[in-house]
Amino acid sequence: MLSAAKAAGAGQGATAVLAALLEARTGQQIAQDRAWRLDTALKPLLRERGMESLDQLVRELLLGQDHQLGDRIVDALLNQESSFFRDAPTFDLLGEALGEITAGRRARIWSAGCSTGQEPLSLAMLLAERGADAFEILATDVSEGALARAKAGRFTQFEIQRGLPIRRMMRWFDADGADWVAKPELMRYVSFRRINMVADQQPPGRFDLVMCRNLLMYLAADQRQAVLGRIAAALRPGGLLVLGAGETVIGQTNAFAPSPRWRGLYEAAERAGGRAAA
Amino acid sequence: MKTCLVVDDSKVIRKVARHILEALNFSVSEAGDGREALERCREAQPDVILLDWNMPVMSGMDFLRALRASEGGWKPKVVFCTTENGMAYIRAAIEAGADEYVMKPFDRDTLESKLQIVGVA
Ligand SMILES: C[S@@+](CC[C@H](N)C(=O)[O-])C[C@H]1O[C@@H](n2cnc3c(N)ncnc32)[C@H](O)[C@@H]1O
Ligand SMILES: [Mg+2]
Repeated sequence: MLSAAKAAGAGQGATAVLAALLEARTGQQIAQDRAWRLDTALKPLLRERGMESLDQLVRELLLGQDHQLGDRIVDALLNQESSFFRDAPTFDLLGEALGEITAGRRARIWSAGCSTGQEPLSLAMLLAERGADAFEILATDVSEGALARAKAGRFTQFEIQRGLPIRRMMRWFDADGADWVAKPELMRYVSFRRINMVADQQPPGRFDLVMCRNLLMYLAADQRQAVLGRIAAALRPGGLLVLGAGETVIGQTNAFAPSPRWRGLYEAAERAGGRAAA
Repeated sequence: MKTCLVVDDSKVIRKVARHILEALNFSVSEAGDGREALERCREAQPDVILLDWNMPVMSGMDFLRALRASEGGWKPKVVFCTTENGMAYIRAAIEAGADEYVMKPFDRDTLESKLQIVGVA
């Protein structure tokens, strides 16, 4: 593990310690030229703890009295942006593909890096509306903060309006004060668990579909490759991987190849290769 | 270029909406109440209408009913945009023929997302 002390020894002070903490916990690197982001991202936490500076924050972190501080810092540094039906056309494709590959048996889906829950809930709405009931979605993230919000199924007015058609909001959410809360009949399709894609070696089961969108882009190339290898091992035969709109496996790994059947989705490589050769 | 009619009795709201819509490449016209909006629609048929609820002279709801009753081949998308944020209001708007619903306050992302959903952005 990249120790905070080692990074501090590199002589860049607080910034280096924080960057090392983030990398050790999540595999994410902060480029030197983006270090300014630390300041902005951590300002609310500093204010909450009544601290003056990043130096003070790092001192507290290294003293190790406050066991939640590391988690809170990592949460603040992660990009957790998400929205309902992000890359909307992808969702229709997923509905179709799942229908075909599971052919009536229970579908298992993994939303890896689910953030605050919009991704798994979008898929759950879509599948339920297509008349499917035999499916379950495991939604995981490294961030306890994001997971807690996802588990609550609670969204602000701004969040609920981003990407979610009004009829779906009416069908699947209840108003609660200024927020909107997913109904139990939607939440029941999804279970939540903390999984660190970089550190946790054992996949949480075998899946027909893995959604890993807008997460790999933050990882270094070797980690990205390792994560993709583990995802490939977590697929059932015929299983598919979907990435974010700007992401690809091409040039990143040998574990996956573009699906010849489903444009924009990926299959484990032996499978795609075998089919191409057949 | 798609056209959007912004109907709101608040000049400030119309200005903000116009600003966002023009950045999204819409040609924008404005009306301050429902009756004025019906006139605008007779002059030039917009692709989408961003519609406030509470307005003097003619409310958004009355405008919407009149509009849907008078349509021939042209059926503009109607996106309600209002501070009436309760489920009962939303349901009434959808039943009266609204395509989407924006709860104020809105920002650029919200508006863009809703315009994409109705298929005009
Ligand atoms: C930008 S969000 C994307 C959310 C959603 N997948 C989407 O596309 O809208 C990235 C998420 O990945 C999570 N994440 C980052 N590094 C991770 C890691 N090593 N293991 C698990 N999750 C991680 C972050 O906490 C964040 O919630
Ligand atoms: Mg008004």
